[in-house]
Amino acid sequence: MILQVNNLSFSYHSDRKIFHDVNFSLDHGEVLSILGTNGAGKSTLLNCIANLYHPDSGEILLSGEPMAKMNLRDVAQKIGYVPQIHMPAYAYTVREFVVMGRTPYIGSFATPKAADYKIADEALERMKITHLREKPYTEISGGERQQVLLARVIAQKPRLILLDEPTAHLDYGNQYRVVQMIRQLAEEGYALIMTTHNPEHAIILNGKVAILNCKGVLGVGHAAETLSAETLSKLYGLSIKTVYNGDAGRNVCVVCCQECENRMMGMHS
Amino acid sequence: MKVQHTDNPSLSATRGKAGALRSLIPTSLKFQGILWLSLMLLVIVLAASLAIGRYSVPIGETIRILFSRILPLNETWDSLQEAVVMTLRFPRTIAAIIIGSALSLSGATYQSIFKNPMVSPDLLGVSAGACVGAAVAILLDSNSAVIQISAFAGGLIAVAVTTTIPRLIRSESTTILVLSGIVIGSLMTSIMSIIKFVADTDTQLAEITYWMMGSFSQVSFESMAPVLPTIFIPVALILLMRYRLNVLSLGDNEAKTLGINIRTTRGIFILCSTLITASCVCLSGTIGWVGLVIPHTARMIIGADNKKALPIAMIFGGIFMLIIDILCRTITPAELKLGILTGIIGAPFFIFILFKQKRQIR
Repeated sequence: MILQVNNLSFSYHSDRKIFHDVNFSLDHGEVLSILGTNGAGKSTLLNCIANLYHPDSGEILLSGEPMAKMNLRDVAQKIGYVPQIHMPAYAYTVREFVVMGRTPYIGSFATPKAADYKIADEALERMKITHLREKPYTEISGGERQQVLLARVIAQKPRLILLDEPTAHLDYGNQYRVVQMIRQLAEEGYALIMTTHNPEHAIILNGKVAILNCKGVLGVGHAAETLSAETLSKLYGLSIKTVYNGDAGRNVCVVCCQECENRMMGMHS
Repeated sequence: MKVQHTDNPSLSATRGKAGALRSLIPTSLKFQGILWLSLMLLVIVLAASLAIGRYSVPIGETIRILFSRILPLNETWDSLQEAVVMTLRFPRTIAAIIIGSALSLSGATYQSIFKNPMVSPDLLGVSAGACVGAAVAILLDSNSAVIQISAFAGGLIAVAVTTTIPRLIRSESTTILVLSGIVIGSLMTSIMSIIKFVADTDTQLAEITYWMMGSFSQVSFESMAPVLPTIFIPVALILLMRYRLNVLSLGDNEAKTLGINIRTTRGIFILCSTLITASCVCLSGTIGWVGLVIPHTARMIIGADNKKALPIAMIFGGIFMLIIDILCRTITPAELKLGILTGIIGAPFFIFILFKQKRQIR
């Protein structure tokens, strides 16, 4: 088991628990999509697993070893973190940016060697963005930046990849391509966890799903069973239907608004 | 996003390889080229700095005098020429190179750790603190060694206070740290005003002004020797650890998930930069603009990667400081203060850089 989370609880201030008694595990090739409303604490949970926040109680085991007892560098060799797309202060080239994924393998007094640049180049090749190599990271599009971030995490060679809303700020097509990329990475054997606001992405990935509700309880299950119309309607406070679409070969989520239902009624009468 | 554009994989693969080859050669060659060119320029400016001045020495003689220390050369120069070159100009020339390059390195370091290209090494109040330290010593009629020590201590105390404030309110935020720096800096400026008000206008005020505006005219190898370790050791440490600056400049969370201990690493960089700046200030007084303008120039020419930008910034800093010093002692009969020229040259130059870089700065 790559990741085992036992009875994890976290609160910013002692009064309100963001989440409590969180339990789940993840193995090679598995994807976990974390769903939840704004402010439910999805990113907080992800940041706890990324070793950025320290949980109040509970433990996180990486390949059986307690993460709290590991040093930062060892954790970074096992867990790769893909932040939301952002703009750094300096115009590093894409290649310079990707090679930073090698940091956990580079000594404090060293700079990346030819071997590290080779791994970075392979990651760029893997993402099919070799043509962006010498472009400044600050001057490429949002979709390209997301690919560069993924290339960096591939260069980091972790076992577990955490993605914080990887589809945010992307257009419709790029959102889908990123989800496809995540599925391919799972097929290559990485374990992945991502937070998302779109239940469809969890359905496409067809892996594990975790729903964090406002009371701080995390429910984990398989996408096909967990993402029922009832659960989704309750989570988002909307009337949501899941419909099987034969062309897509999967369920699709449809929001039923009051107005639409009225219009339907009008058409029938 | 071109994940799906595999309609013609062979075409994109060849394009990728050709592009890789084309871009690989220029980047490493460009760095080597700029490195050697700027080193050559540094040597030329160094020779000029020894030859140019109110008592001008022919350049050939200057070089002969310099090499006579290591090679057996016939004396074709008179003793006055030798005294001017070796006793008057050589120490200040070396000081200008060391201080110019050290301040540039310190500025580039601050700019990376605070993720802000507009930051100068004075951000946490080191220069203002050193000025107060020097001014207090001057007020007490101390000798130059005591003034030097007091300036160094003043700089370190100011930064210590600045870095303590975020700890008192238990914040790890960079913004709080920068705000503390601004507060301590302006507190020090106010203290300076009080000191200037009570200082003897005939003797002490002039000396305090020397500290505030910066000058190499009183620098000697004797005054340089004690601060050389506190310049060279932090400079070496920063250069060794410079790749970490790239990662730190991405932000705390990303650096941490890439396996860097933020607090320790940032602490080492702040300590090293502070030692460098305090050492420079206690030698020559405060010299503004260099730490801000030169790292910018280096990044504009060689790119943002600190692996290459830091060495280039150091050489540029040495060249810039030497040129400023030459101008200071040649354009007017009485020597100008460095701070005047770095401002007058630095400000328009900075506007020019902002103009060139407008696309990259938000």
